[in-house]
Amino acid sequence: MITPTDETELAAAIAQADGPLSITSGGTRGIATAGTGLSTRAMTGVTLYEPGALTMVARSGTPLDEVQSQLVKEGQQLAFEPADYRGLLGTNGAPTLGGAFASNSSGPRRVQAGAARDFLLGVRFVDGRGTVLKNGGRVMKNVTGYDLVKLMAGAHGTLGVMSEVSFKVLPKPECTGTLVWEGLAPAQSLQVFTAAMRSPFDVTGAARVPSQGDAPSQTMIRLEGFESSVQYRMQQLQKKLQGIAQPQSLLDADALWRMVRDVEPFHGQVGAVWRSSIKPSDMPAFIDRIPGDHLVDWAGGLVWSLVDPSLDLRGLRGGIGGHSTLVRSANGVQPFARFEPQPSPLETLAQGLRTEFDPRGILNPGLMG
Amino acid sequence: MEMPKPDAMVLRQKAKLVAELSNILPADAIISDLAETRAYECDALTAYRCPPMLAVLPETTQQVADVLRICHANNVPVVPRGAGTSLAGGALPTADCVILGVARMNDVLETDYDNRIIRVQTGRTNLSVTGAVEDEEFFYAPDPSSQLACAIAGNIAMNSGGAHCLKYGVTTNNLMGVTMVLMDGSIVEIGGEHLDAGGLDLLGVICGSEGQLGVVTEATLRILHKPEGARPVLIGFDSNEVAGVCVSDIIKSGILPVAIEFMDRPCIRACEAFAKAGYPDCEALLIVEVEGSPAEIDEQLSRIVEIAERHSPVDLREAKDADQAGRIWLGRKAAFGAMGQINDYMCLDGTIPVSTLPDVLRRIGELSREYGLDVANVFHAGDGNMHPLILFDANQEGQLETCEALGAEILKLCVEVGGCLTGEHGVGVEKRDLMLHQYSADDLEAQLRIKDVFDPKWLLNPAKVFPLSVTATRRNA
Repeated sequence: MITPTDETELAAAIAQADGPLSITSGGTRGIATAGTGLSTRAMTGVTLYEPGALTMVARSGTPLDEVQSQLVKEGQQLAFEPADYRGLLGTNGAPTLGGAFASNSSGPRRVQAGAARDFLLGVRFVDGRGTVLKNGGRVMKNVTGYDLVKLMAGAHGTLGVMSEVSFKVLPKPECTGTLVWEGLAPAQSLQVFTAAMRSPFDVTGAARVPSQGDAPSQTMIRLEGFESSVQYRMQQLQKKLQGIAQPQSLLDADALWRMVRDVEPFHGQVGAVWRSSIKPSDMPAFIDRIPGDHLVDWAGGLVWSLVDPSLDLRGLRGGIGGHSTLVRSANGVQPFARFEPQPSPLETLAQGLRTEFDPRGILNPGLMG
Repeated sequence: MEMPKPDAMVLRQKAKLVAELSNILPADAIISDLAETRAYECDALTAYRCPPMLAVLPETTQQVADVLRICHANNVPVVPRGAGTSLAGGALPTADCVILGVARMNDVLETDYDNRIIRVQTGRTNLSVTGAVEDEEFFYAPDPSSQLACAIAGNIAMNSGGAHCLKYGVTTNNLMGVTMVLMDGSIVEIGGEHLDAGGLDLLGVICGSEGQLGVVTEATLRILHKPEGARPVLIGFDSNEVAGVCVSDIIKSGILPVAIEFMDRPCIRACEAFAKAGYPDCEALLIVEVEGSPAEIDEQLSRIVEIAERHSPVDLREAKDADQAGRIWLGRKAAFGAMGQINDYMCLDGTIPVSTLPDVLRRIGELSREYGLDVANVFHAGDGNMHPLILFDANQEGQLETCEALGAEILKLCVEVGGCLTGEHGVGVEKRDLMLHQYSADDLEAQLRIKDVFDPKWLLNPAKVFPLSVTATRRNA
């Protein structure tokens, strides 16, 4: 495993590579391609933090824990809620900033605050030629030239290896309120999500946890802000949703949202885990069509499915659009492509970009197509 | 402004091209008469003009595809055009180009409130997207100040922002899918009704690519339910520095206002003379707006007022109702008109780290004196997006050139303190030659390679974004 300690060493390692590199950071997200290991985990440290400008700059291998402990001192947070995959995948190590951005990992607040890619302001990275490049910067509004920042977010290291990221942070809300309905069917959960999202109450989470054993399913709505405001909006939403049944209202139930973010109900469960991004209103039909357990996030727009490992979930989706990623397969055997193949004109463009940024095809080859 | 020499071969083919286009477009969609093509000779950066060889106004994605296929086969450059409101010359024609205007494509294709999306043809204006959904209490968040006129096509090309993006983000954060035509005429669909598009984030790189990678004909946009209400507070200070610290303190306190606008003394005076909004005569003025129910607004405003009072403001006015709110915004919204009445002006759009604000304002003042032209500052302080307005007299020989030189110095200053050349207007032709101040040759080369993939013949929106010297080899290939 090559573990460069700075950008210069990283560039040298890539320039001198004579075969495929398996790019990782903390190694917690279960991405491992064939080739010599190259990890950014030794490139660590926050280099700039301006709470008054809501911005931070850090090296890509910086553990998320370290970032969060600095942010919490100023009452701020990573609003996109990157997931911790260790429990789901049985991996060790420490999740890093670079890993969170390279995989565009976004949790429940995605419905309101946006995805990881929406918070990434600038990148420094090394392309497959070994050239050090930068794009974007550390300011929130920047349209100077093409946006390679978004392109790097979610590219899983296939276009370049990030050495430094700058990103936007947000205030951590003073108070969190959660409304929980028990035992709703998927179609009723969707009704709750839709009504909540079609309200002026600035919902920051809308999720459904499947029934487990004797425990009924839980449909959850999150509101954040000052306490009086959270209380007010919880009451207003309950009034709006009167027809559906009485929810419990909880304050500061962060553990519930961590459970959704990290897909805790599927930890240690046998089966393959898929992650599907779909049109929210398709959620009940999706659950109906795919045999297995389903945890729903993003007001219906994200479904985590625990299914039989031999099942090709994509084939069963039928007319439901979007895309599905195989996050965990049984026994490490990957019977289906991890990422959903793209329609051919998009794949041609993606292949063109990979060839330009990584002409030798050495950065996580084959991972994304 | 140096533009590439028109291709004589292309110009000679004009009649043939018109004939080919006539097979796919109605006669009134092809504009070839010199007097009529003049309507497309510039955008809102009126200092530079050049009538195109032709202009076409297709009505469907298929027609756009056919136009591009024909131009591609004939090696004719194409300049896409939304509503022509670019302040950066993003739609400036070349003499040998076809202007492809999407103005006739302005239909709403689908509204879906349950999934919180709207799909529109991209010739539709920004404000009319909100207009199409406001009966259901929804709105489209990005709000560039040209929103009455500007088209979604141009918003996507420039990744437009607005006053309210501190909370709601800019175009790229509200764009979920596009139908786009590549220069060779092929039609691609990216993203759609689901939140995260699959594969590489092509949507992210298309948004803000200034019409150089493809022509976006349809867009799926995120729409949001309106908040219950919004109200601003106006705070006056006797120094820019203190106003800057106050902005930072508000943000650090955990409140996220939807807008924080900043005006300096020259701007306050001009706006006051023009709009008579009753602004205090002070060094710096902040307008901070928050959203929510009446009680939520009261609570947030009271916290903001408490923070502001720690900095000894010279004036502080909390809007109690819509009328008072309107008066607070009146002057700010008149800023550009007010400047236009005094003088010609050039509006810059660099972004700086918020912490460098007082220092940058001081240095802009020094540059202003050095060059002998007044500069008024009005900008989105929450996100550091400056809008220095350089006042000049176009009728006085040499003043435009002096103004441009001062503008370049101010933008270089933005980059020097850790910011960028443009926060929301785009590079266009206006800032293209400054790109090497922000990016190394390698950084630019990486961007050019993206263009190589989408538009290998380099025909779409030529001579924009990058210095001509950097793109010469590719353009002449």
